[in-house]
Amino acid sequence: MDFSRDHFALFGLPRTYALDLEELDRLYREAQAKVHPDRHVLLGDAERRLAMQWSTQINEAYQTLRRPLSRAKYLLALGGIEVDQERRMSSEFLMQQMEWREAVAEARAALAGEELERLHLRLKSEMALQYQKLQVQFEQSAAAAAADLLRQLMFQEKLLAEIDDALTAVEA
Amino acid sequence: MALLQISEPGESTEPHQHRLAVGIDLGTTNSLVATVRSGMAVVLSDELGRPLLPSVVSYGRECIEVGYEAQAKQSVDPKNTIVSVKRFMGRGIKDIAHIETMPYDFVAAQGAKGEEGMVKLRTAGGVKSPVEISAEILKVLTQRAEGALGGPLSGAVITVPAYFDDAQRAATKDAARLAGLNVLRLLNEPTAAAIAYGLDNGAEGIYAVYDLGGGTFDISILKLSRGIFEVLATGGDSALGGDDFDQRVFCWIIEKAGLAPLSASDARVLLTRAREAKEYLTIHGEAPITVRLGSGEYVDVNLSTAVFSEITRTLVQKTISATRRALRDAALATAEVKGVVMVGGSTRMPQIQHAVGELFGQEPLNNLDPDKVVALGAAIQANLLAGNRAPGEDWLLLDVIPLSLGLETMGGLTEKIIPRNSTIPIARAQEFTTFKDGQTAMMIHVVQGERELVADCRSLARLELRGIPPMVAGAARVRVSFQVDADGLLSVSAREQTTGIEARVEVKPSFGLGDDEIAGMLKDSYTHASADAFRRALREAQVEAQRLLEATQSALVEDAALLSVAERTHVDSCVARLQGVLVGDDRHAIDEAMAQLGQATAEFAARRMNQSVRRALSGRNIEEIEL
Repeated sequence: MDFSRDHFALFGLPRTYALDLEELDRLYREAQAKVHPDRHVLLGDAERRLAMQWSTQINEAYQTLRRPLSRAKYLLALGGIEVDQERRMSSEFLMQQMEWREAVAEARAALAGEELERLHLRLKSEMALQYQKLQVQFEQSAAAAAADLLRQLMFQEKLLAEIDDALTAVEA
Repeated sequence: MALLQISEPGESTEPHQHRLAVGIDLGTTNSLVATVRSGMAVVLSDELGRPLLPSVVSYGRECIEVGYEAQAKQSVDPKNTIVSVKRFMGRGIKDIAHIETMPYDFVAAQGAKGEEGMVKLRTAGGVKSPVEISAEILKVLTQRAEGALGGPLSGAVITVPAYFDDAQRAATKDAARLAGLNVLRLLNEPTAAAIAYGLDNGAEGIYAVYDLGGGTFDISILKLSRGIFEVLATGGDSALGGDDFDQRVFCWIIEKAGLAPLSASDARVLLTRAREAKEYLTIHGEAPITVRLGSGEYVDVNLSTAVFSEITRTLVQKTISATRRALRDAALATAEVKGVVMVGGSTRMPQIQHAVGELFGQEPLNNLDPDKVVALGAAIQANLLAGNRAPGEDWLLLDVIPLSLGLETMGGLTEKIIPRNSTIPIARAQEFTTFKDGQTAMMIHVVQGERELVADCRSLARLELRGIPPMVAGAARVRVSFQVDADGLLSVSAREQTTGIEARVEVKPSFGLGDDEIAGMLKDSYTHASADAFRRALREAQVEAQRLLEATQSALVEDAALLSVAERTHVDSCVARLQGVLVGDDRHAIDEAMAQLGQATAEFAARRMNQSVRRALSGRNIEEIEL
């Protein structure tokens, strides 16, 4: 068993950010249909264990490649660039983040569900633009710029999760 | 008298190859067992034709009663008659809501490290764990199924609420083990319903399953396409169900009628009346509640739909809020959901139907029996897993883990390792280091939940890693690996990396039972019927061995080319050996021969798996595959 192949190679897909996601979905489903433990319940322990390991590996590869953030991070890691959040961000970006956080905290305290929905949508559309930029940077092989943008996106993804948590809290 | 068996045209001509498998819905209020017969999923009824088995167990000094007989004892012997035991599975005494109104004699049990463990109940039959009580229900269903199907079961799929955490799942699997069942899979209830609905209606697209049972609430969002049932997100509340609506009515009656504190049997009577009133309101605008209590007090009140809706509004809101969150987790809008399948007896309440219809902007789907659909789906999955798949029947289930898994870090904070809604099976590893110079042991605390503070999450297990060689602080590299299998059950292992010292760890479940406890319970039940138990164990080993032989034979037919001549000869001799001992009654010889065959085919299995993965991922059939 060869678990050492990278996630792109596992699916036989080109190592690129602009992945054909429909093709990825199709390959993922076909692979799971072969290796999933449910397909191997009748066999001996060794084969069942293998099925679980393969199925786990394919899930991991699929989850990483399917989402743009983790796909970009993984691509950079393959190129030897670890994207960590310790690096300094531009003060302009940090200011914006603080404003966002304040707005979320205020809406949460005021139990303003609709305001949180609005913030959610606004952030989503901002991030969509960022992801488009990211794609361009990958096309131009601008790895350092991509890493900077990715750091910002990691902040924004976290913020999005916070908005969703606030929504859940407000609705309960 | 043995009947001649005639197979259906086009069906397998080898009836012995059809393995008896069942799906069991182990519910809070009622339990069911179903199977697939001639391609149709059917619920198996008792000898009186009743499909449901009330999930009630009554302990006498000498005997144990289960189901309707036990239910009849509820008001006369409430202390020894356990209802809704599912609410206690994998739970500590502090976790149980409304405990003050329950008539039971609870025993707070201690966990492995002296912290709170799974609650137990003192009954006339002795102190019982919820696992043992659930096992009694499973035993009755097993007997029912074996009687109806005419032979020993080769396996069962048992359903659990999707929102059950690891401790609750492990407790359910332990109960099945204790009842002597071979668990093919723990299946999430809403997913089971989706299988039954989806296969029946050829459904494609995004579906939501809203499942409100007696004691649990689940919401699952699934994508159905070309034979794959993919759960995108799940949410819920494992302590919210019809029982809570009864409780609200119960409290309302006490307040309205100005009752003094109730005796255990009066409380039970009043709770029953509360439930009846709730059910009455499903088709009536007002429910009269009249009852003479043992205390002499007389209750005569009327519950209107409007009041009922008002006192239960926050409960309904909780389910709607969980549904919204699941949709957000799946990144979907309500308009993208093609249909909403309603499951569980509690969805009969009109205000539930109304709230769900309003949220999704469409009428919920009610064309399935909400009491039976989970058991039917489980039976279909069991049939498939037992290897009775009909040609052309080709579908697969991809489920998720409902709650994030994490570890306790410095300051009582949670570090998430596997986020909720990850598709299972899944594995993740994380590295940790020592805090002090010369530290040789490390305590790892595994928790489940979404909150930041460990104290707000559920404690699953504590593991101790010993034998780390003394080093300066921060030099050791301890890699902790989480693996969640297809049942949604977690196993954890840890290893020190720099020295390669494999310090095996033992998981001590905080709210589960240790292996020795289970073994003790099994032994207890065997001493009551040891000859029976012996025969049963032998029969199980024979069924298992037969299964392995058939699987090996078909693998040899398909992929003989993957073995060298010497390897083939070795496998063949192991097969012959197993066939030789199979007819005898030496269980250990069978186990041993099975282990040998397993070893002999391990490498073969790996090659077969590699080949099938390559074929799937290359998108075409490769004639020759290099190894």
